[in-house]
Amino acid sequence: MLSKLMGHSEEIAALILFGIGFTNLLLNRNMMKKIIGFSMMDSAIYLFLASYGYIDGRVAPIIEDASAPLEVSAYVNPLPAGLVLTGIVVSVSVTAIMLALTLRLYKRYHTLDIDAIAILAREADPE
Amino acid sequence: MARIDWRRWIEEGGDALDRDMRTFQAITEAPEERDPFELPHPRERLTYARFHRWSHSKGERILKVIYFSLSVLICLGLSALLISTALDLPQFGADAELIDNDISTFYVEEGLRHTGAMNIITGIILDFRGFDTLGESHVLFVAACTVLMLLRLPGGDDPESQLARRRAEAFDRHFEPRGDVILANCVRVLAPLLIVFGAYILLNGHLSPGGGFSGGTVLGAGLILYLCAFGFARTGRFFNFKVFRAVTSGALAFYALSKGYVFITGANGIENGLGPGVYGRILSGGLLMPLSVAVGLVVGCTMYALYALFRKGDL
Amino acid sequence: MEALSTLLLLFILVSAVAVSLVKDLLSAIILFMAQSTAMAVVWILLRSPDLAITEAAVGSGITTLLIFVTLKKLHAIHTQKEVENRDGKD
Repeated sequence: MLSKLMGHSEEIAALILFGIGFTNLLLNRNMMKKIIGFSMMDSAIYLFLASYGYIDGRVAPIIEDASAPLEVSAYVNPLPAGLVLTGIVVSVSVTAIMLALTLRLYKRYHTLDIDAIAILAREADPE
Repeated sequence: MARIDWRRWIEEGGDALDRDMRTFQAITEAPEERDPFELPHPRERLTYARFHRWSHSKGERILKVIYFSLSVLICLGLSALLISTALDLPQFGADAELIDNDISTFYVEEGLRHTGAMNIITGIILDFRGFDTLGESHVLFVAACTVLMLLRLPGGDDPESQLARRRAEAFDRHFEPRGDVILANCVRVLAPLLIVFGAYILLNGHLSPGGGFSGGTVLGAGLILYLCAFGFARTGRFFNFKVFRAVTSGALAFYALSKGYVFITGANGIENGLGPGVYGRILSGGLLMPLSVAVGLVVGCTMYALYALFRKGDL
Repeated sequence: MEALSTLLLLFILVSAVAVSLVKDLLSAIILFMAQSTAMAVVWILLRSPDLAITEAAVGSGITTLLIFVTLKKLHAIHTQKEVENRDGKD
């Protein structure tokens, strides 16, 4: 069992990170902590995906000598890295939009606590 | 009180802007205290008061413990569920199962011949999945537009919007140290290096690690560092809203024209006339280098615009 | 190599737990930044240098800066300093 767990070390770390981020997102009342938790979930998923592209003893998929015969089994799987690369950049814009919305909420309600915001919003507009 | 209140001493002087800033702080820092639970019925109020007392004495501790243990339980439970699934997947670093995949084998085998990119990941991003990357660039552009809508201050000449702009300026001046000598001298060395490194990553993306997204972020980070050290007066000379609009729209239009035609012609690529060239030269790989420059410009401008919008409410 | 990878993953997990437990928002952001930097090294160990460059610029640079600026706008740093000053000196 232990050896099996050790064989999956990267994936297990990624999934625990996902759990921590999810808990942060779900159960923390501070909006900034929620946003940080969301970013953590992002990076956990990227780690999980990219760890499946890694193959022991192979190098990064960059060909050094174009004239030499190509050895497919010398390179790691390039597909997850290509998927994750765009994801990392897009996650910044998602974070930026969330932060902008938080700023607008704070300007209106003067608090970061999501429960207090819900109470104040209901009070301001009872419908 | 014996100690000197430096803050008060500094703030006693100052011009209209500083006074304005103080009133602004007074407004934002002292939100009015009031009871959010104004219940109409007396019995409701009594119940609420009892619950309030309980939750502020013994209940608060109990609720906190329940809350904390629930958090830990959910975290561990979710992780355990996911891990038990992941244990059935192939081991980390395992060989055969994963590389025995037609798509990735094809990318490694034929990537160089089809795209002329030594860095296979750049080849995938900008050629095989080029249309997808067009969408990703638009996501960044749309994000910048959304933040612009949410945070941009009114630009009119009426007194209200002028006041809002002046307050934002006062706010920025209060929290951001101007003319910090250490920062300025460090940035004088660092920022050119960062920007040149970003340009290198952009232009060399098809030969070495990098490409549009990485180079664009490094470029954006360099610009942000420059802005931190020297302020908006210096960066405003070469980067304002018009430049942002022109560069981003131009780069996206170039990308869309050079890739989007594939969509119309039914995914039949037309020869672009550039050809793959000599593998390993910087001027090789056909459209890869111009495309990665376009993506990099969009990413860099977006990063800088996001930071500037957050800081000042304008570009 | 194995040891370094395990150490980095442990560091990432510990800083993630610390982010959720720490009260001070500024410390939480610094911890998040440290986590992103460790993540950039993990990308190198996973043989994805492209990801490492991007993560180093984005995760530990731009995301953290955006959160910092937001926090600054929210007066959180400012009020916290004032509260500390009052508690420390009176």
